Amino acid sequence: MEKSKKEVLVLEDILGSNKKIAGSIRQKLLEHRILTVNILSSPGSGKTSLLEKLGLKLQEKYKVGVIEGDVETERDAERIRKAGLPAWQITTHGACHLEAKMLAQIFDQIPANLDFLFIENVGNLVCPASFDLGESLRFVLLSVPEGDDKPKKYPEAFITSNVFVITKCDLLPYLPFDADRVTAEALEINPKLEVFRTSALTGEGIDALSQYLENKLQELRSKNA
Amino acid sequence: MHELSIVADLFSIIEEQAKQARATRVTKVKVLIGELSGVVPELFRSAFQSYKKGTIADKAKLEIKITKIKFKCHNCGQEIKAKDISSPDFSYACPACGSKDVELVSGRDLYLEKLEIETES
Repeated sequence: MEKSKKEVLVLEDILGSNKKIAGSIRQKLLEHRILTVNILSSPGSGKTSLLEKLGLKLQEKYKVGVIEGDVETERDAERIRKAGLPAWQITTHGACHLEAKMLAQIFDQIPANLDFLFIENVGNLVCPASFDLGESLRFVLLSVPEGDDKPKKYPEAFITSNVFVITKCDLLPYLPFDADRVTAEALEINPKLEVFRTSALTGEGIDALSQYLENKLQELRSKNA
Repeated sequence: MHELSIVADLFSIIEEQAKQARATRVTKVKVLIGELSGVVPELFRSAFQSYKKGTIADKAKLEIKITKIKFKCHNCGQEIKAKDISSPDFSYACPACGSKDVELVSGRDLYLEKLEIETES
């Protein structure tokens, strides 16, 4: 037997398998006419608190569900359930992000009659940005105590998102955080971003964000009538 | 550190391609990593080195080519490579006319470009 060397041109997307699974999840969610939001931020920036308020507001008129992604524990899912919303926990056991295949494993538990499905990703502003989960919209959150220099430091999260939410805005009077500057910087990276300022404590911005999502749901349903 | 998950997906493609080509060994793996892909090349390399053990590519060299960020400008119509993202003059604007009405056309990619394999015949 003789050994020979050769080159094979492949040109295959390394994340292709994740994108394929995400694509079939997206297809199913659209068939069920569910608006799905993937929420990205660093740990402690208020994803769960925002979801408690926003979820309850939307639940006045709609059916809402929440998937919680965490490295360990079921704490966030318990918090969401306590707030009165159905929640499903995915624990990644070490992985720093959610992948479409993790979602596929629990997908059968998600009721088909939901209007809104929120996916709270693992707290991390870097890794989750690379993985499509089949969502309709992606939110990136940044809280006032984190500082206003983040968008350009974590560009992928801002480039791939549709909505930028500045959370904990009740702290704006006390901290050197320039909300206009951070908005301008985020829009420089991604001019298509919709920007909202919220506070889960005072309720600021929750109505506006919920109205935005209602409009997006109508849009999705008129496109997939 | 999501590089390890991405490397695991890379190896699924490598093993599939090697099988199709009836390779006995993979000697080189060339990947394209976009500057804005969110992947850190050094971490990707160390994940590759630890993952390759015991696979068909256990002696393979990894070649990484960084794909530069390229913008298409809606103002002047040009498609231009941006400055290095780590340089202080990098901006999300057209490098030719300065317009901010730009679209990212490359720099987010993550591709297995080619493999060098050994076959027995």
